[in-house]
Amino acid sequence: MATLTDVKSSEAKSPEANSPGPQSAPVLSNDEILRYSRHLIMPEVGMEGQQKLKAAKVLCIGAGGLGSPLALYLAAAGVGTLGIVDFDVVDYTNLQRQIIHTTADVGRKKLDSAAEKLKAINPFLSLRTFDTKLTSANALELFRQFDIVADGTDNFPTRYLVNDACVLTGKPNVYGSIFRFEGQASVFATKDGPCYRCLYPEPPPPGLVPSCAEGGVLGILPGLVGVIQATETIKLILGQGDSLVGRLLLVDALGMKFRELKLRKNPECPICGTHRTITALIDYEQFCGIRGQEEPVTGGNLSEISVEELKKKLDAKADIFILDVREPHEYQICNLNGYLIPLGDLPKRVAELDSSREIVAHCKLGGRSAKAVAFLKQAGFTKVHNLTGGITAWAERIDPKMPKY
Amino acid sequence: MPKIQIPSPLRQYSGKQASVDVAGKTVGEALAGLVLQHPDLKRHLYADDGKLRAFVNVYVNDEDMRYLQKEATTLKDGDTISIVPSIAGGCEPEIEGAVHDALIIQGCYGHADRR
Repeated sequence: MATLTDVKSSEAKSPEANSPGPQSAPVLSNDEILRYSRHLIMPEVGMEGQQKLKAAKVLCIGAGGLGSPLALYLAAAGVGTLGIVDFDVVDYTNLQRQIIHTTADVGRKKLDSAAEKLKAINPFLSLRTFDTKLTSANALELFRQFDIVADGTDNFPTRYLVNDACVLTGKPNVYGSIFRFEGQASVFATKDGPCYRCLYPEPPPPGLVPSCAEGGVLGILPGLVGVIQATETIKLILGQGDSLVGRLLLVDALGMKFRELKLRKNPECPICGTHRTITALIDYEQFCGIRGQEEPVTGGNLSEISVEELKKKLDAKADIFILDVREPHEYQICNLNGYLIPLGDLPKRVAELDSSREIVAHCKLGGRSAKAVAFLKQAGFTKVHNLTGGITAWAERIDPKMPKY
Repeated sequence: MPKIQIPSPLRQYSGKQASVDVAGKTVGEALAGLVLQHPDLKRHLYADDGKLRAFVNVYVNDEDMRYLQKEATTLKDGDTISIVPSIAGGCEPEIEGAVHDALIIQGCYGHADRR
């Protein structure tokens, strides 16, 4: 077996760690036969199918919203070897949807928290945890050790990395993605099926599509989509049913509608088409425009103000106009008594602002308000500042009674 | 009249509507009608050169228009056009660093003068 030099892999041996050879079907113990009896009595699974599940090695990328239900169900169903890649720590705001973690796990590594739950559900599981960020340097070696990759990641660079590594290693990519009330699921990169790049040759530029953190996500939605991913994974292992290969399933939780779109293998796809231009993993952050354009930013002329400076000015009764560019529902959570114009409305409501006054713009963390400041400067405002760290910094350093969200 | 389904990431630019009815004999005409009704959608769907952005997929019923006649694909009454953007979420940690911000500015306000 290949070893990963920069990846810490801890392997928890199952009680039945008699690791069968790759060709021979693993034998089920009497305890396992009882545990999986509701599978065994179904002709679509049966002993043969359950042995396939036991022999299978599935790699889950991420132990978050999608990874939680995915890993829990795969472990329960009897998938023999489960790998999980994650380097994150359980955060309080994760608990609304990442059901593998509990309140007591806040601050723990997601891997440790997940491993505990998975082994509790199924002690026969052989669990391999990789405490690392998935990168172009480690993905291929990691993927080669598994049969199927289930993508539960949260950002475009990793989406493209997972896709490309799956195509290059020939591993199916069981894909799921969520936003607010909507989800997408498919199976990419099978031998004859389309890949993620066939559908989306290029990522959107950063910021054009709001992230979950900006847009929010309904807590049950990763459950719905993660379980669809688990279902597809198990069908691939069993070789049963019609998989989502060549279909994009769209889930609309609000309308409770499931629609599907046809996906085709794009002959011009740069990684799986007939004239391939990508034959090795690339720099995905650069590809997604997240790096490489730092110059104009650091050299930018955004004037920042700290929460301490703002507090001092307000205490001194300085004439400061606080402009809150968040959304109305965020204003309801907490506010600095500022004047609310959501960032998206700013261009058409700019006339409501007095350019002769000193303006401090803020949002939750300072991102949207930086955009607002840049926009206002362009519109001719000169005395406009961005509150560094947003209202979150205010809650942390000035007013600890203020809720954070 | 064909109906255009607006995905939730873009609904903030369509007056919060999940679907919009537009007149149009082709996909191109229908999309032009959509951005006429909701001008804020334009920069999200079209690049500065007037072409549809590469990461915006447009489907007519369940078929990708790239495999039909693209924007010249003719529409019948009752056809549904879906805009299917890429979404990445599993759920993302908030990235609001300065670097990210300036990129967002470029994304949202394409004419921002960076000097």
